[in-house]
Amino acid sequence: MAETLIKPLTVNFGPQHPAAHGVLRMVMEMDGEVVRRIDPHIGLLHRGTEKLIEYKTYLQAIPYFDRLDYVSPMAQEHAFVLAIEKLLGVEVPARGQYIRVLFDEITRILNHLLNIPAYAMDVGAVTPFLWAFEQRELLMEFYERASGARMHANYYRPGGVHQDLPAGMLDDIWAWTEQFPKVVDDLEELLTENRIFKQRLVDIGVVSAEDAIAWGFTGPMLRASGVPWDLRKAQPYLVYDKMDFDIPVGKNGDCYDRYLVRMEEMRQSLKIMHQCIQNMPGGPATSVDRKVTPPPRSEMKRSMEALIHHFKLYTEGFHVPAGETYTAIEAPKGEFGVYLISDGSNKPYRCKIRAPGFAHLQAMEFCSKGYMLADSVAILGSMDIVFGEVDR
Amino acid sequence: MSTVYRELGDFIAAALGPSIDTVDVKLGELMVTCAPRNLIKVMKFLRNDSNCRFEMLLDICGVDYPDREQRFDVVYHLLSLKHNYRIRVKVPANEDESVPSVVDLWPTAGWFEREAYDLYGVFFEGNPDLRRILTDYGFEGHPFRKDFPLTGYVEVRYDVRQKRVIYEPVKLRQEFRTFDFESPWEGMLHPRRLPGDEKAP
Repeated sequence: MAETLIKPLTVNFGPQHPAAHGVLRMVMEMDGEVVRRIDPHIGLLHRGTEKLIEYKTYLQAIPYFDRLDYVSPMAQEHAFVLAIEKLLGVEVPARGQYIRVLFDEITRILNHLLNIPAYAMDVGAVTPFLWAFEQRELLMEFYERASGARMHANYYRPGGVHQDLPAGMLDDIWAWTEQFPKVVDDLEELLTENRIFKQRLVDIGVVSAEDAIAWGFTGPMLRASGVPWDLRKAQPYLVYDKMDFDIPVGKNGDCYDRYLVRMEEMRQSLKIMHQCIQNMPGGPATSVDRKVTPPPRSEMKRSMEALIHHFKLYTEGFHVPAGETYTAIEAPKGEFGVYLISDGSNKPYRCKIRAPGFAHLQAMEFCSKGYMLADSVAILGSMDIVFGEVDR
Repeated sequence: MSTVYRELGDFIAAALGPSIDTVDVKLGELMVTCAPRNLIKVMKFLRNDSNCRFEMLLDICGVDYPDREQRFDVVYHLLSLKHNYRIRVKVPANEDESVPSVVDLWPTAGWFEREAYDLYGVFFEGNPDLRRILTDYGFEGHPFRKDFPLTGYVEVRYDVRQKRVIYEPVKLRQEFRTFDFESPWEGMLHPRRLPGDEKAP
């Protein structure tokens, strides 16, 4: 039979597709079942966050960070708040630092508890999703008790956190951490050696260490490719240098390794949470520099000066010395950086947000070229994409 | 860290000589500025030299300074996994002056350059796919420039009669408000003349 040349078929994947994890449109050029080219169209959730921030005072800009990657809100507030603190030169008291690290790790578990089961659901397993959401709900209760909001917390403030933790909350978090390893075990039992799960993930979307670095991968994506790099170890911020934990590193850089790395990271986060609760120091949770942090309510009722500080901080806000900084933290998805330029006024001159998902999604074509259409869904799931941060 | 960066900065300045304009260490962060024509040379050196090894490009972004003659800054953030260094490279650019693309050095630069082009209108020469990325299909203008209004120029709505989404000029129900609460209190760093000060000399 004579060979016939088949014209590649162009498939429009999304923007309304359950496996697209939000509003992603991918124009895929298919050769039968094999992916030849992918052109992701992003920006459908672009809200101009960076521009909006230029019109807000520093304090008013923090809530925008919750709404970037809405799966791990506090981690992003953290990067912004650290950048402001660096420009201001404000110190965070020890208790504030421990509370932030504790909530950073809660956020990491929160994020992985969404990503792993959503990923499992993409390749056909529904049960983990239900189990993980039960735990997520419990964690979001901690969010609510600390900040008043389940998701968009707005809890971290320059100089510390908004309020100290309510009494007895640390004991409740401890109790939660005692039952959680069982849940991770159960999830692993369902997934790790699951034949279908492994068939869908092992040796799919393999990225070598060199390629991962060249494509700007960070976080679990980079570590799964065998690069032991974690900002919590390499450039520790706050009290991470006092914590004892390990960095899981993958061997093959395939989708399955990314799953394993995230799974182990949850266990390590638990370890950090334990250390935070055990070593939680007393004292104030927020800096007492009244030119940056507002006074407590009780003081406001008695002192004229406190009242003025409160009023000025919530209308004009504090002024940040002119300068620029790039501050990055290890967010659950990778390196989340904030490049902040201040011109000495009460509003940022420019605030560029470096979202890890943006770099990961860019490599979508590179990762899925030559794989099947169904594999590209697994690869997309393993990248842990959330459109709030990719589109900004 | 600052002393390490100062030494590294001196080393880079000595090695690259006139190709770079300034080397600066501020707030413990190393920054290098260079002209667009020298960018590729500088970047190649930073990536390949054994003392630098900035093998990871983390971010490219534009910054707009409308009062300057070269109104844009294109800012690159690099990371060295080997030495655990970070560096910031700044390139001043103009509306009608292109900046060479670094896609050949780091494939990840592609989208970041597209973003800077989309939002600021900086042209990257050599980028094989310099399309808009974040804004709508058929968007006009570069929204992150300081002279682009926050509300934009057009808004979309679904038109029932035409049965499609249409663009219309922005109609604001109330005037766009910028709250300017600046006043001379201790929280201000450099008390300056504020509107109304001339009345009370």
